[in-house]
Formats: sequence, structure tokens, C-alpha cells
Amino acid sequence: MSSIVEGFGRAFSLILHLDAELLGIILLSLKVSGTALIVATLIGLPLGAFLGFRTLPLKGFIISLLNTFMGLPPVVVGLFIYLLLSRSGPFGFMALLYTPAAMIIAQTILAFPIVSSLSHSAIVAVDPIIKQASMTLGATPFQVSLTIIREARYGIMAGIIAAFGRVMAEVGAILIVGGNIAGFTRVMTTTIALETDKGNFELALALGIILLAISLAINSALHLIQKKGSAGIKR
Amino acid sequence: MNLRLTATHISKSYNGNRVLDDCSFSFDRSGTYALMGPNGCGKSTFLRICALLEEPDAGEINYLSQGHPANKDIRLRRRTTLVLPRVGVFNTTVFRNVAYGLTIRGIRRKEREERVMKVLHFVGLDEKRDQGALTLSSGETQRLGLARALVIEPEILFLDEPTASVDRKNTEIIEDIIMRMKKGGRSTVIITTHDRLQAERLADFLLVIKEGNISADRSPLSF
Repeated sequence: MSSIVEGFGRAFSLILHLDAELLGIILLSLKVSGTALIVATLIGLPLGAFLGFRTLPLKGFIISLLNTFMGLPPVVVGLFIYLLLSRSGPFGFMALLYTPAAMIIAQTILAFPIVSSLSHSAIVAVDPIIKQASMTLGATPFQVSLTIIREARYGIMAGIIAAFGRVMAEVGAILIVGGNIAGFTRVMTTTIALETDKGNFELALALGIILLAISLAINSALHLIQKKGSAGIKR
Repeated sequence: MNLRLTATHISKSYNGNRVLDDCSFSFDRSGTYALMGPNGCGKSTFLRICALLEEPDAGEINYLSQGHPANKDIRLRRRTTLVLPRVGVFNTTVFRNVAYGLTIRGIRRKEREERVMKVLHFVGLDEKRDQGALTLSSGETQRLGLARALVIEPEILFLDEPTASVDRKNTEIIEDIIMRMKKGGRSTVIITTHDRLQAERLADFLLVIKEGNISADRSPLSF
């Protein structure tokens, strides 16, 4: 018990004196997950919108697939990307394995179904009267679509934040494709796993506390967005 | 009147129930037309078909611009507008709701601001310009719908039951807005209502939809 208390004490001291190594790990985590999130949004939001606006033959199946992929096990994604990027894999020539780029690819794959599926749900939940109102005011079909996306913005943002929470907290995929190389691909979650193995609990605890703080900030933002979005439901 | 609307042999059914049956009418003159009839008689359907929001099963809607047939494209649609009974408020401020029609037409910011403020003043919502539009009362929401339509200065304005879901005070305010629009006299207004007295107060021409057909009103006690 006393070692846990001691560990927390040292962890807080580490956070307060934030050294360059710790800061580098935190920044790399944010950079990898942030970039993955941007790419996932750039792919996922248009796909969600496309599925929301168009009638397609396999639409139901694609949506079910996306919903299934929302729960993809990170280690499976890591393994899949590893096989693609390894020297004998089809993309081995790009030499991306054990680089932040590979980690971004893996996290993009984890984040994009969440962004896409939740964007789709938010878009189809927009009251059909909005489409009619914008049409009566003279909007082109493209402008009507933009208006509907704008009306769904709180739901879309909730999806993006949920995806950010998932990729920030995952360890399986980036450990496999990033390799946890100090100063290059070492991020918060992989460091926690490594330092725990080594018995270096202070650093692991310090990163755990920071990760929790980031997670709390993300969830608070999510809560605020949802509160704002549900401010009015009357049309 | 630059834009003339003619409905020819319009028929429309929903789930086998024929709402409009060979309905023809030509809105040849400027002014306010009131389309009367009991609930479910097809007034709104007729209005939505005229506003090109719905396709008829049979028949045709034709617009004549300066005497020539107009293509039913976005340019024509932007010369008319329909205020729906449930307005369809965008989740943003009152100002941005009213500015919507101007924004999508690429009107510059300064002109947009001037026109929106003028219309907000006209409908008595100028003090609510920065308020979230979803927080307005139902009467104010209906006035917002009118403002959103008026700001684009349509040549034909369709109003579908504009006072159906508002209290007496707001009904008076909305009727007053429509009366003042009449005095401006630039557009043709086609309004549906199930309230005969309201139709008589507001309109220059009274029309009735009965058994799926439209005709000029000649029998005051017909419903």
C-alpha cells in the first residue's frame, strides 16, 4: 500500500517537473492520435454523409459493417497493418513499419468507422423538415446537403470526440506497428505498458494520470457538445 | 406580374386515396389568393405541387415568365418560396436563419445585413436577432418563417396555414404582416387556410378546394 502511495507521490512530482522525455511522449501521442483523427474525419465524414443522403443497394450491409468495425480489436488492426507494411508485405517497399506514419495509419483505421457511423446516425436523425425548408428557400442539392450536415454538427462532433478517446487510449495497434522505440515511436500508452513491465511505476503512473486527465477533458467536451446540441428540439 | 402560375389537370393520390382530382387553375392576376377547404382536402398538397416541392401523379405545373414558359430549374425555384406550416428552423441564430436564403444566393455581407435587419423589423423580431432560433415561441417561429421568405423577395409567395399553430395574438400579428405585404403589392401571395373569416380578411381572391377540385368560391356556407 505504501509503495502505491509513494508511487503516486513520485508520479505527481514527475508531472510537476515535466521533463523533456515525458513531454516528448505526450506530444507524440497527441500528434499521432490527432493526425489519425483528422484523416479519419476527412474519410469518415464524407462516407457517413454519402450513406445518409444516397440510396444504395448494399447500404444496410455497409452500415452494419461500419458498426461492427467500431469495435475492431486494436491488436487485430495492428497485426493487419504489420502484415501489409512488413518487408515481405505488399507495402513493405515504403519502409513505414516502426514509424509514426504506421501508427497514424493503424489509428486512422480504428477511428474512421466511429466517425463515419456516428456521422451517418447524426445526419439521418436530422428532421426531414430541414431539407424541405432549405429547398423552399432556393438551395441547390449540394447546399441542401451542407445545411443538413450543419444541422447534424453536434452529433458529428460527438462522433469525432468519441473516436479521439478511442485512439488516445489504445495500445495494441501502435505497439505492434510502432515498436515502442524510445524518442521515435514511444507514446503514452506504450510507455505505460513498458514501464509497468520494468517495474518503473512512477513514470507509468504519471502517464496514466495525464492520460486520464486528457480523457476527462475529452469527455467533458463531449458532454458540453451534447448539452448544447439538445438545447432545442422544437422546429 | 412577371411570373404567372398555371396548374393544369393536377391529380395526386396518397396510398390509393385521391387527394387532388383533375385540378386546374390559372393564377393570372397579382394579389392575394386564399385557398380554403376543410383539413385534409388537399390544399397543402396543391400548394406543395405548385411550389415544385412535389410532383403530381398527372397534370402539369407551368410558370410563365414575361409571357414565356420558364424552365423548372433552380433559377425558377429561387423566384418563389413556400413557408411550411412547421417552419423548419435551422439550429442557429434568428439572424442567420433569415439570412439563409441570401447566403445561398451569394449576396454580399453588407447587403445581406441590411435586408435581414429590414425584414426582422418588418416582422417585429429585430430585438431577437442574436437569439437561438430554436428558443423562439411558436408565434415568433412562424414570423421567422415569414421573414426568411420575405427577405428573398419572392415573386410568388406560398403560405401554408401560417396561423394554424399559433395563439390569437400572434395570429393578429401575422395577419397584420400579410396585410402590410399586400400594401407593398409586389408579389402574388397564395395562402391556404381553413378559416373562412381569415381568408376574407386577407385575400383578394377566394378559392375553394372541394372533392379534389379547385374553384372560385361562390358559396359562402359551403363548409
